[in-house]
Amino acid sequence: MRHILATLATTLALGLCAPAFAQQKVVNVYNWSDYIDDKILEDFTKETGIKVVYDVYDSNDILETKLLAGKTGYDVVVPTNNYLARLIQAGVLAKLDKGKLPNLVHMDKELMGRMANYDAGNDHAVIYLWGTTGIGLNAEKIKARVKNPPANSLAMIFDPALVSKFADCGVNMLDAPDEVIPAVLKFLGENPNAKDAATLAKAEAQLKKVRPYIRKFHSSQYINDLANGDTCLAFGWSGDILQAKSRADEAKNGVKVQYLLPREGALQWFDSFAVPVDAPNKDNAMAFIDYMMNPKVIARASNKVQYPNGNKDSIKFVDKEAMADEDVWPKPEAIKRLYTITPNNQQQMRSFTRVWTSVKGGS
Amino acid sequence: MSGPEPRIAYLAGRHAEPTALERLFYRLMAVPAFAALVALADRIGLTRRGAVIAIPYGWLVLFCLLPFLIVLKLSFAEAELAQPPYTPLFDWVDGHFRGIRVNIENYRLLFEDDLYWRSYLNSIRIAFTSTLLALAIGLPMAYGMARAPLAWRTPLLMMVILPFWTSFLIRVYAWIGILKNEGLLNGALMQLGLIDQPLVILNTEIAVHIGIVYSYLPFMILPLYANLEKMDWTLLEAAADLGCRPARAFWTITVPLALPGIVAGCSLVFIPAVGEFVIPDLLGGSDTVMIGKTLWVEFFQNRDWPLSSAVAVLLLLALVLPIVLLQRQRARLEAAR
Repeated sequence: MRHILATLATTLALGLCAPAFAQQKVVNVYNWSDYIDDKILEDFTKETGIKVVYDVYDSNDILETKLLAGKTGYDVVVPTNNYLARLIQAGVLAKLDKGKLPNLVHMDKELMGRMANYDAGNDHAVIYLWGTTGIGLNAEKIKARVKNPPANSLAMIFDPALVSKFADCGVNMLDAPDEVIPAVLKFLGENPNAKDAATLAKAEAQLKKVRPYIRKFHSSQYINDLANGDTCLAFGWSGDILQAKSRADEAKNGVKVQYLLPREGALQWFDSFAVPVDAPNKDNAMAFIDYMMNPKVIARASNKVQYPNGNKDSIKFVDKEAMADEDVWPKPEAIKRLYTITPNNQQQMRSFTRVWTSVKGGS
Repeated sequence: MSGPEPRIAYLAGRHAEPTALERLFYRLMAVPAFAALVALADRIGLTRRGAVIAIPYGWLVLFCLLPFLIVLKLSFAEAELAQPPYTPLFDWVDGHFRGIRVNIENYRLLFEDDLYWRSYLNSIRIAFTSTLLALAIGLPMAYGMARAPLAWRTPLLMMVILPFWTSFLIRVYAWIGILKNEGLLNGALMQLGLIDQPLVILNTEIAVHIGIVYSYLPFMILPLYANLEKMDWTLLEAAADLGCRPARAFWTITVPLALPGIVAGCSLVFIPAVGEFVIPDLLGGSDTVMIGKTLWVEFFQNRDWPLSSAVAVLLLLALVLPIVLLQRQRARLEAAR
């Protein structure tokens, strides 16, 4: 009975953000799907007595829509850098209470400096994990179709002559215009951060050429699709593709998945913890964020979801095997080839979405 | 058919049996809150009959008209990166009203960009063909149920309603497993040797049609069944006695008599199908552009509440106007009869 009441109370607390239920310590976390080791959450509750109510999304757009609508009841959210900047501008994120975050000393100064371009003074967010957007493939199926494919080139996805060869075994594209359009611009030799109509039109024309060969636009389904062989080529996020690899290895289904960092250059993004201004449990949010900055804890997250983190002291706890994969943990000279993008304003966002809709709709 | 009280009232000298509305009223009077409300209504001069009628109207105003007005108001605002993400329509400065800012840009964009028109037309086309398919499948089923022995009817009816006990989302999701390339359907067909290449059904318009027909079929069958069940089957016997063949009797007797059921069933399928989002999103391909999906994109990807409100207002007009016209046409026909 007590248990039922407790569950009911947390549900209500999330739904109504009612402070009346504050005696049950709760933190409501809204994070990307397949993006944490569940044991970390259990341990956090054991150590602090704060229950974690965990909810997931697979698109920054969903997160932003909810936050702008307000009263989400979430205490911790994990936006990507360009969206973080928009959310700060909209005034929906609270400043972090740095006095409650002693573990900040473990963060990588260099990466946090890069984050400061989106969040001046690192006032609103700390890096959780970061990664790149690149190519995931099922090497066996790819080789059966093209003898010597330029596997680490964006041409695999954006050259119609090449991608058409893989159409029959399934090609997945991220459903995220602000990640795919910069990549196709990079492939075309344009500035990946361009926002003007003329340059976007070039991206649109190129994307329409490869559109017929893309089976699905989706931002989370491809992990499973790659793992069970339904998809042989995917343009997606580094760690997700590695998770597909692990799932295939665990299932022992003979599928070998690989992640490749595009040699032309790839988008580098940072996902960071932030707290909505209307978060009902701000102190618990700080406790959660601080816990996640504990080097041993964040190393477990990196080991599980296979994304690099922004915590310099965690490196010694990260699996050496994972770190040996230079496509996922790029060496400093490879990091120089990565690019970042600036946030879109309302008008730019509309143009990006319009290009995207017309590409997906095939008209 | 009716309970003991109305019959007693009938015997006690009331010549007409109480209508369903009156019976509902007597039942509701047993609830103290309702009785108090009625007493209040009496004092301000509302009749009991009026009060009963006021309930559905109040409901409609509260949950249909009011939200619509909010959406209408939103559609004249402008998107903004803020919380909430739109500009206020009424300008208030220090408690003083400073005027109204109306932005018709949203509506202009709807007419300028052919994306919206194509989504509307696509939705209406898909909803229309799905409705016809549902009718083609639902009419024989309802007919069969209505003609089945009395003892069978309840189990048959239960079989139509039972799927509702599972979440709509899960039922649509299940179709992914059936229709996908390595799915049940293709597996079975290949096993039987009917095809040697899997049929590509998932992520096409065919899958959307299957999803809509499957999900909304009960809404077609139930009104048709209710209608056919009351039909006087002796009319068909008379037709047969007079030498009319069954097929002709069906078209000249059953179908016209079932017309109200057909209209009700078709509206119940067509209207929600036009605005459907879940089915095209899960089963349709990226090139299946339907208005529900377009609305979603406006809302979640552009964060443009005003424009998505404008889309919703036009969608409502596009759906309500034909229905009003249809109703008027029917009323005129009935009056002419």
